[in-house]
Amino acid sequence: MKKFSRLISKLEQSNKTNDKLSALVDYFSEADDADKIWVIALFTGKKPKRTINTKLLKEWIIKITGLPTWLFVESYHNVGDLSETIALLLPPSTSESDIPLHQWILELKGLVRSSDQEKKEFVLNAWQKLNTQERFVFNKLISGNFRIGISTKNLIHALAKLTGLDINHITHSIMGKWDPEQITFTDLINGSHVNTDSSWPYPFCLAHPIDVPVHELGPPLDWQAEWKWDGIRGQIIKRNDELFIWSRGEELVTDQFPELHIALLGLPNGTVIDGEILAVRDGEVLSFSTLQQRLNRKIIYKKQLEEAPIAFYAYDVLEFGGIDYRNEPLHTRRAILEQLLPIENIILTAPIVLFDSWEELVEERKQSRELNSEGIMLKHKDSLYHNGRKRGDWWKWKIEPFTIDVVMIYAQKGSGRRANFFTDYTFAVRDGDQFITIAKAYSGLTDKEIKEVNSFVVKNAIEKFGPVRTVKPELVFEIAFEGIAVSKRHKAGLALRFPRIVRWRRDKKVADINTLEDLQMLLQSTLRASER
Amino acid sequence: MRCKLITGILVIKNMALISFTNRGIYCKQGDFYIDPWLPVDYAVTTHGHADHVRWGNKYYLCHHFTKAIIKCRISADLIVESLEYGETVVRNGVEISFHPAGHVIGSAQVRLAYKGEICVISGDYKVEYDGVSTAFEPIKCHTFVSESTFGLPTYNWLAQNIIFDDIKKWAIQNKENHKTTVLIAYSLGKAQRLLQNLAGDLPIYVHNSIGRLNEAIEHAGVPLAAYQTITPELSKDELQGGILIVPPVMRDSKWIKSLQSAAVGVCSGWMQVRSHRRWQSADAGFALSDHADWRGLITAIKATEAEQIYVTHGFTSVFARYLSEQGIAAQAVATQFGQEDDDVAAEKEVII
Repeated sequence: MKKFSRLISKLEQSNKTNDKLSALVDYFSEADDADKIWVIALFTGKKPKRTINTKLLKEWIIKITGLPTWLFVESYHNVGDLSETIALLLPPSTSESDIPLHQWILELKGLVRSSDQEKKEFVLNAWQKLNTQERFVFNKLISGNFRIGISTKNLIHALAKLTGLDINHITHSIMGKWDPEQITFTDLINGSHVNTDSSWPYPFCLAHPIDVPVHELGPPLDWQAEWKWDGIRGQIIKRNDELFIWSRGEELVTDQFPELHIALLGLPNGTVIDGEILAVRDGEVLSFSTLQQRLNRKIIYKKQLEEAPIAFYAYDVLEFGGIDYRNEPLHTRRAILEQLLPIENIILTAPIVLFDSWEELVEERKQSRELNSEGIMLKHKDSLYHNGRKRGDWWKWKIEPFTIDVVMIYAQKGSGRRANFFTDYTFAVRDGDQFITIAKAYSGLTDKEIKEVNSFVVKNAIEKFGPVRTVKPELVFEIAFEGIAVSKRHKAGLALRFPRIVRWRRDKKVADINTLEDLQMLLQSTLRASER
Repeated sequence: MRCKLITGILVIKNMALISFTNRGIYCKQGDFYIDPWLPVDYAVTTHGHADHVRWGNKYYLCHHFTKAIIKCRISADLIVESLEYGETVVRNGVEISFHPAGHVIGSAQVRLAYKGEICVISGDYKVEYDGVSTAFEPIKCHTFVSESTFGLPTYNWLAQNIIFDDIKKWAIQNKENHKTTVLIAYSLGKAQRLLQNLAGDLPIYVHNSIGRLNEAIEHAGVPLAAYQTITPELSKDELQGGILIVPPVMRDSKWIKSLQSAAVGVCSGWMQVRSHRRWQSADAGFALSDHADWRGLITAIKATEAEQIYVTHGFTSVFARYLSEQGIAAQAVATQFGQEDDDVAAEKEVII
């Protein structure tokens, strides 16, 4: 595992993509094939089933170090990562070892039916013969979460560089479901399994935010406009009389949406369509918060089926008659899509927004919010279905978010890269002479600003609850959000969607911030909008 | 306040020797301050970092080396009296002496003694000998004022020779890969420590703020290894073959970008933790600190045999709570220490 441990250090050490790429290429050119396949699995989020839970690990480390539990917790908050905290707290190791990565993984997997005592002996013994960095990696193997700044894209680039294979080919090969124990490195990379597995999805084509005025895109006739829907992007696949529904997060969600199973009857074999899973009633798209109650459920109750009925708005067809259509122009694909659909009132083609001039589209876009849409998508009618994000052919043209001024009242230490700074803030608006919590946000500031806010928090902390500090209400921020909804769970009675910091308003005082009344009025006006 | 039973009568022994005021740590009996943060008449100074010694006091008392350092860093006009380690002066009946703190060159623990009561204010300290600052000496006392910059059990340092070997290997690798090695280090302390321990293989170049300080230190009688101060005349090719030591303000400077593909290494105890290494987005992080690690703090405190510990900066409440649970009376005190030296604007001076 020493090679893998060194790879992880190198990947973490550098912030330059080229260094990361060459570290990956170096690793893949000298590592054991059996290890490589696991590295690809780990880096693409295919983690083996966890056999040792966090509770046990915490119990053991507290026992070994003899630290009081609260001090362990403080240390963990400071480090921001359990695997690392344990690695740093352990006394120095007594021996060395270099057991291959895949062997560690399989041995860990093999503990599934072992007793807690057997697990403990295995882990303590492992810790004894690993150095600090290797212990960290080993602990990560236990948890299966390798988030170390390597995107799937970087990984694919490295594999392409190593093998000389086409990037799109590799992307397609490593998507979907495969078992690191059943497949060899060469087979995986070559994608020999792709044609034999009916569930294989395609990489999604993504759009860039538009960064030029629309009228600079050329003649309106060249462009297809659609509403940008705020649901779950997905692919419906029917091959060999089997149906698969994939989410963009590469998760199989077939069972979560029984309404969509009519596609099994309605679609011919060898079809893959791309679209949005939405909650829709009487032809009206419902808010994302309605859809939310249908997500990640093992059992779906009748009530949920009634309250959040699902439909699929199809954007594109990627495979038809078993043939890959991604390199055909959009207008051709759209024509096929319109032949295939609708299937009842459930699987529909996403409506096209008709416009003759850009001015007209500007007008149309204004009603996005009323339709529960996030804005407009612009796709060139000749565009191919690209792998991932490519500039120029597809643009997303989102509506401006709402913004308000709020004051920071709590701060909490971040995790990961930000573990040592107060980076997660809770904001409040004014409610009479009180403050009322309205949102939590943690992005949108520069590193320099984060440091400044951090030192403000350190100096102006009023109370401490574990990692959270109550701070003097003084710093004013402008936050943006996409929507506002009634909420019983929040004290303010409403909740903001996607709140994030736009800027730190050093020019504003606490007296200048928005009030709860302002937000209630906004809520009323949006409710009226969706009633129409 | 400690009580003692003498011949059957309860006598309150001494008043505490120090109190914590808004100007800093104050000794009432002697009428002086230790490392005050607002101007006072008489400032006893532990060491030359900006959070411990400020401009504006009438008189300063410190170790000889610190005198040279603060005259160079703050102003040549300061009125400074200085002592050797172990030498004693008496002020209003209070004995004051300095004892090595091992933190940086000239750093001292201030020992106060008055009618048998002993209090030690340690400023910043580290237990491991760093090869250039006089080695830390534990002092027995009744009251001990301690830092806790790294007062969490996740901060335990490797022996410094291991870290220096790593740095040397990294620098040689950089040289071979046509990269320029740049080490980020505080100009007082870490810079001299790096210089002393890395010298020998590759030539060492230092930023002019470090160069000026080095001259003052050498002039005060501390021999340093060979180095060259960076000037515009030095070619980028020459620099590529050596090791460059620069203060943190230079971290994101244009000058670093003008070097032949700089490989930036940060030397700080914070580099122990991944999130800090990533935050710094440096090419390498070395967990090298001038502060005591967790084990160092505990060993040092136990060695003082003190009855009362005051924890002034760092993870104060956590560390004080741990000590209390171990049966050592400890209290966290809010002070203005711990704002690391080079974060202060004073360093933001003319670049090369």
